[in-house]
Amino acid sequence: MRLLPFCFSSLITILLVFILNRPVGNKIPMPLGSFLSPQTGFWQNAEDTAFSYDLNIALSQLKAPAKVYLDERLVPHVFAQNDEDLYFIQGYLHAKFRLFQMDLQTKAAEGRVSEIAGVAAIDYDKAQRRLGMKYAAENTLKEIEKDADAFSRYSAYTNGVNAYISTLTHNRLPIEYKILNFKPEQWTNLRTTLLLKMMAQMLSSGTERDLANTNLRAILTLPQFNLLYPQVPDSLVPIVPKGTIFPRPMHGYKIPSDADSVYFLNNHSVAVNDPYPQDRDNGSNNWVVAGTKTASGAPILCNDPHLELSLPSIWYEMQLTTPSSNVYGVTLPGSPFVIIGFNENIAWGVTNSQRDVKDYYAIKFKDAEKGEYWFENEWKPAQQRIEEIKVKDQLPVYDTVSYTVFGPVMYDAAYADTVTHQSALAVKWTAHHTGDEGNTFYKLNHAASYNEYVEAIKTFECPGQNFVFASKSGDIAIWQQGKFPDRWPGQGQFIMPGADSSYMWQGYIPQLENPHALNPNRGFLESANQRPVDGTYPYFIPGTYITPRGVAIEHFLSQMNSVTLQDMMQLQNNYYNILASDMLPVFLQHTDESALTPEAKKYLGLIKQWNYDAGPASVGQTIYQCWLDSLQKSIWADELGKAGPLTPIPEEQTLMELLKSDTTVLGFVDNKLTPVIETLTDRVSDALNSAARELEKADKEGRLQWSEFKDPAVYHLLKNNMLSFARTHLPVGGAGNTINAIKKSHGPSWRMVVQLTAATEAFGVYPGGQSGNPGSRFYDNGVDTWAQGKYYQLWMMKADEEKDRRVKWIMNFNKG
Amino acid sequence: MKFLISIITIAVISFIAGLYLPWWSIAVVSFMIALLIHQRPLASFIAGFAGIFVLWMIIASFINTANNSILANRIGEMLGIGQNPVLLIFITALIGGLVAGFAALSASYLRRD
Repeated sequence: MRLLPFCFSSLITILLVFILNRPVGNKIPMPLGSFLSPQTGFWQNAEDTAFSYDLNIALSQLKAPAKVYLDERLVPHVFAQNDEDLYFIQGYLHAKFRLFQMDLQTKAAEGRVSEIAGVAAIDYDKAQRRLGMKYAAENTLKEIEKDADAFSRYSAYTNGVNAYISTLTHNRLPIEYKILNFKPEQWTNLRTTLLLKMMAQMLSSGTERDLANTNLRAILTLPQFNLLYPQVPDSLVPIVPKGTIFPRPMHGYKIPSDADSVYFLNNHSVAVNDPYPQDRDNGSNNWVVAGTKTASGAPILCNDPHLELSLPSIWYEMQLTTPSSNVYGVTLPGSPFVIIGFNENIAWGVTNSQRDVKDYYAIKFKDAEKGEYWFENEWKPAQQRIEEIKVKDQLPVYDTVSYTVFGPVMYDAAYADTVTHQSALAVKWTAHHTGDEGNTFYKLNHAASYNEYVEAIKTFECPGQNFVFASKSGDIAIWQQGKFPDRWPGQGQFIMPGADSSYMWQGYIPQLENPHALNPNRGFLESANQRPVDGTYPYFIPGTYITPRGVAIEHFLSQMNSVTLQDMMQLQNNYYNILASDMLPVFLQHTDESALTPEAKKYLGLIKQWNYDAGPASVGQTIYQCWLDSLQKSIWADELGKAGPLTPIPEEQTLMELLKSDTTVLGFVDNKLTPVIETLTDRVSDALNSAARELEKADKEGRLQWSEFKDPAVYHLLKNNMLSFARTHLPVGGAGNTINAIKKSHGPSWRMVVQLTAATEAFGVYPGGQSGNPGSRFYDNGVDTWAQGKYYQLWMMKADEEKDRRVKWIMNFNKG
Repeated sequence: MKFLISIITIAVISFIAGLYLPWWSIAVVSFMIALLIHQRPLASFIAGFAGIFVLWMIIASFINTANNSILANRIGEMLGIGQNPVLLIFITALIGGLVAGFAALSASYLRRD
């Protein structure tokens, strides 16, 4: 033995293995040796493009044999003998194709991202825990456990997910686990309810602005506030057709005696603001056209939910069949049932209600222990949850969350310590206490008539949704369904006093009085996140409504007759900027050409020729957007900037309405920071001059066309940390206010058009693919189809069509 | 002859071990084979290096061709080498080869008088 060389060489070997077996750092968190090894690492995720998904598997949990037919887009058509087997297989397939996404999203909902991402995510995790996400999920799970049938369905789903996880070896782990260097965790029913709460958070947590409103009230008078942030916009086209007579309600509420002197007069600002706001455009379109207006004589139902666009997509397409039901549509990996789709008798879709169902109450703690708070003239004990936040490569962090009669204390001295004036803020949110939201979808999957649809949705509480409906028997309907507090006017717009019960919610709007419409004479119904009713609705219903898309849909649908499926696909892809068509003439009227720079004059000439199309090649849309942004900043920044950087400026819609009646916009047009009094003409002309500078720069970079300027993308769930798994530079147009509401990375996450003829004709597309594996050809195969505005025909397969050429692979699930 | 047999043995046994054991089994296998089939240090190193370099290159190339380079392009971007599957395969093989080469070299020194 040659000792020295041996030691030296062995040392190098051991060092090499040691280094390659450890995470390199934050940028490359995976151990390189294992990651590069073609037998264990990422190469194992590079799926053969001719891979066969055929499968024969025997599982002891199954009650009967079942079959899954995978078509050419990898959509599974599941044929099971009973519900439990059906949802078991749904869980198995969700896990097989989307495991990382389910695991990550439910961990994020629960506030456990730090376990994967380290210290950077601690504040995010605290926010989730303080919002009471797990508490809410536990409460819903308790309700599920009271219903034996529902419980067995969720349990079957959970068992299916776990049956797949138990087959996983390291080399077959989804690639994200290999990169982030962690392992999937067993599924539980709680994780399914966490996923449902994640949807509730996405859709009903950001639909209030109590903190920002409170800050705004510190600088605006109440009349100013109500004009800048109006409850009922002038141009509103509500979901329930105007002229509908609403029953007079029996309000049970009592307005607090000190509301005028304390609540509405409040001029304290709070320095805290929601640190992780939800996208305000988490909205959607849906509409339904009656047979009287269609070429076929059968109703057509359309839906496109606008959400954050991601790879893998939030949706997974499936057909679920048992002897007692047959349903097709999109599912949410992490939950059983079809969420948006159709069966042999009906079709349904959803959009967000945008209703405010979350309020803040100011809480005074006795001391820093947060164990007691002042309520009804005494120190009342608070329930406390000690939250242990596990952190990757670090010791755990602990956070104490106190629960009051209102709900959990979201902000106090220990979290977001910028709270001023208020000792602490408790949050009251309908999502904290709900029944089994999933049961609505189970029932919709089986519903065959209008009455069964109403029966299915009436227990749905949060997030409030606009359920649109059509049936083969010819009915069309829409219900805005949710559990909504019966507020006194103004209740819950601002932070409320929490020292006694006088400001608490005193009741809920009766379910039967939720806004709804059935078979209107005009032959169509639509919703697009607008206020559901006009000012005659006898309840106070604040929310973050979006008006323009509803106006546009109504504008087009009301003119159409003999509607075809193609017409509806075109309407979903419509880029007409209806709000700009109202706003631009006001801009042009107030432009002083003599005050414009040569560049600004050039762009003025260009935008005068604009036809309000916000398509990918549109230059007009780019000019309009820059001009508008610049004008909004100059009008609002001097005054509203004082309320904090995250304060939402008034809606574009509101600005347009104000400009039409008052060219000083309540005096806001004048810049308070200068001695002279600016006019609207000064402001509009200046805004175009500064927009022109930005446009010149964009033009030099070849980014004047709208799709180049906006540069839309669909990112992987890990966002900027995994850009190579994203699809960027997509050639699509659109804006938040156009029907085809594509923003930077947000928009129609699923487009569906269903015609309820005897043999249903359905089309759909989403910007992603059925496989969550970036190494599969089915990872992003739908993105280009979606970007081109094209659709796939959705195939409701029959049991005897096994030999159809669309069936590419067969999975046999046998009883083991 | 000895040299060729080493290379082939290291590759074949490492492949089988890789089906069941962690990636670093290549170091163990190379070490053991180099102990059993004794060669001069340089020859041992090259045999270990070549055995795994060729094995990993073949597997990765095979997978990459069947996959149409879909994933290799994405991982290449992620690792900062761009859409270059050939380079990624080379890096993969090089890393494996180095580990195995040094393991075999150590074994050669252990047995050498």
